[in-house]
Amino acid sequence: MMSEGSSFMKGMALGGLFCLVMTYFETFNPGTHSEGHLHLHHHLKPLSKEELQKLSEGQMSALTQQVGVYCLIMVTPKLLVHWATANDTWSKHCDKSVFYTSESSKALEAFDLQEQDEWARMRKAIKHAFENAGELRWFFLARPTTFAIIENLKYLVLDKDSSQPFYIGHTEKSGELDYVEYDSGIVLSYEAVRRLIEIFKDEDKCPERGNALWKMPEEKQLATCLKYSGVFAENGEDAQGKGLFNKKSVSSMISDSMGQNPADVVEACCPDMAITFGGMSPSQMQVLMYGVYRLRPYGHDFHDSLTFLPPKDSDND
Amino acid sequence: MTRPENLQKRLQHIRATWAKHCNQVLYMSSQSSDFPTVGLNVSEGRSQLYWKTIRAFQYLHAHHLQHADWFLKADDDTFVVVENLRYLLSHHDTEEPVYFGHKFRPFVRQGYMSGGAGYVLSREALRRFVQGFSTGRCKNFSSVEDMALGKCMETMGVKAGDSRDPNKRETFNPFRPENHLIPPKNGKQTWGYSYYKTRQGPDCCADFAISFHYVKPADMYMLEYFAHHLRPFGYKYRFNTIQQNSTSELKPHYKYSR
Repeated sequence: MMSEGSSFMKGMALGGLFCLVMTYFETFNPGTHSEGHLHLHHHLKPLSKEELQKLSEGQMSALTQQVGVYCLIMVTPKLLVHWATANDTWSKHCDKSVFYTSESSKALEAFDLQEQDEWARMRKAIKHAFENAGELRWFFLARPTTFAIIENLKYLVLDKDSSQPFYIGHTEKSGELDYVEYDSGIVLSYEAVRRLIEIFKDEDKCPERGNALWKMPEEKQLATCLKYSGVFAENGEDAQGKGLFNKKSVSSMISDSMGQNPADVVEACCPDMAITFGGMSPSQMQVLMYGVYRLRPYGHDFHDSLTFLPPKDSDND
Repeated sequence: MTRPENLQKRLQHIRATWAKHCNQVLYMSSQSSDFPTVGLNVSEGRSQLYWKTIRAFQYLHAHHLQHADWFLKADDDTFVVVENLRYLLSHHDTEEPVYFGHKFRPFVRQGYMSGGAGYVLSREALRRFVQGFSTGRCKNFSSVEDMALGKCMETMGVKAGDSRDPNKRETFNPFRPENHLIPPKNGKQTWGYSYYKTRQGPDCCADFAISFHYVKPADMYMLEYFAHHLRPFGYKYRFNTIQQNSTSELKPHYKYSR
């Protein structure tokens, strides 16, 4: 009896271990894009200028009501200078921006999550944001090393219904999982966040402490949980297919373009309506702030159908 | 203004970016080339810089005096937003003896313009500068090109103009954007040689900036991208000139406010 039992246990253990090993390899295998995929790799683009002009007054008015953005900026005391710079620059253009920190700092104000685990921090921040969203229907999650042009984010989601699940950014593939890269910023609609918070309750599908044996980065944990809720990653692009969300800095992208497209560096490099650049140093962010919101040639008027007013009490935009 | 070894290192990036916005471009060097560059019959080096400048303006005067209204001198590490230069100059008369740039204070009573930030001469200013040398009233007494040119301008009665915007922010900038835009860490403002008290920080530089200096090749493309391509959709810029304010409401559109 005992020997049978122990064989059984050994069998179970071996089988379980084999299963875990196979799962491990599946998760880390870059893999090929399988044909029988459940969903298509979505490309999300903004409305064209022509489409915008066709909208009626009523439609335009309705759209402007639902485009408010809540920015969640995930900071740590180690990133204090980036934190201060994000606070002083692009985050002022969010309708509401909240800095969520792992531990409080005397130098800067933030919502202290008192949590060292990155995934747990992200979950707490998202829950807090959802509860405090007020009228806002779009959520933007970023690190302070990322610079975001919120007006261009609004332009991208202007005609998208926030009561539908949207999960947008620069998408990458990891095995069967399409996920949005953290470094280039993550956009979630109200419905996506609502579903996410529901699935947070499911410790099997979406464990709080992540997979105990090997840690997935939080961007993949997020993608996994969202996938269980039927929310899939979509790549934000302009009309030409250029990515609007970038994990590299402007200078990094320019350097790449000088090497790859020396005859047409700027055109080939970066979109006019770019939304994010990642890996930015604090001084690069200050210069980008000036480059986006101030430096321009006299005489151009774009006649955009929508006007975004500059934030109050700000002097660098 | 350039030198032979910088054609591929620097000049080609200027040709690919801001030079396209000029009505005419001439690349001045000690040697002519197929780039094309104009050979000025001088040797290279800091001590020869003023000679090179004198020769360049003499060349312009001899060959191009009537081909343009204004004459901009820039270095091969200067970035220029030509449209904003045109906007500045549209308020002035090229037959007046005047030149513009980033004004420095010492050595010349009326001030002189930073060479690296670029300076622009009216047609009359160009005539008088060349006259200064042909009559011997101006002498090549210094290797400090911008200061020496400034002295000649003062001698010849060419006014050192004020190129600042209506908010008194400089348009010609003698350093890189980050050196102007980022306030000093210790909170102490310094303005070096500048004639007008300049602010380090966001208020340093005009929205309609004309130039920056010490710009590396990659940053030529970056500044071109910032000035002429990257923009925030629908953003109502804080700073607008008076004319822009009055003509901005051309068709109904929606204002989004927080």
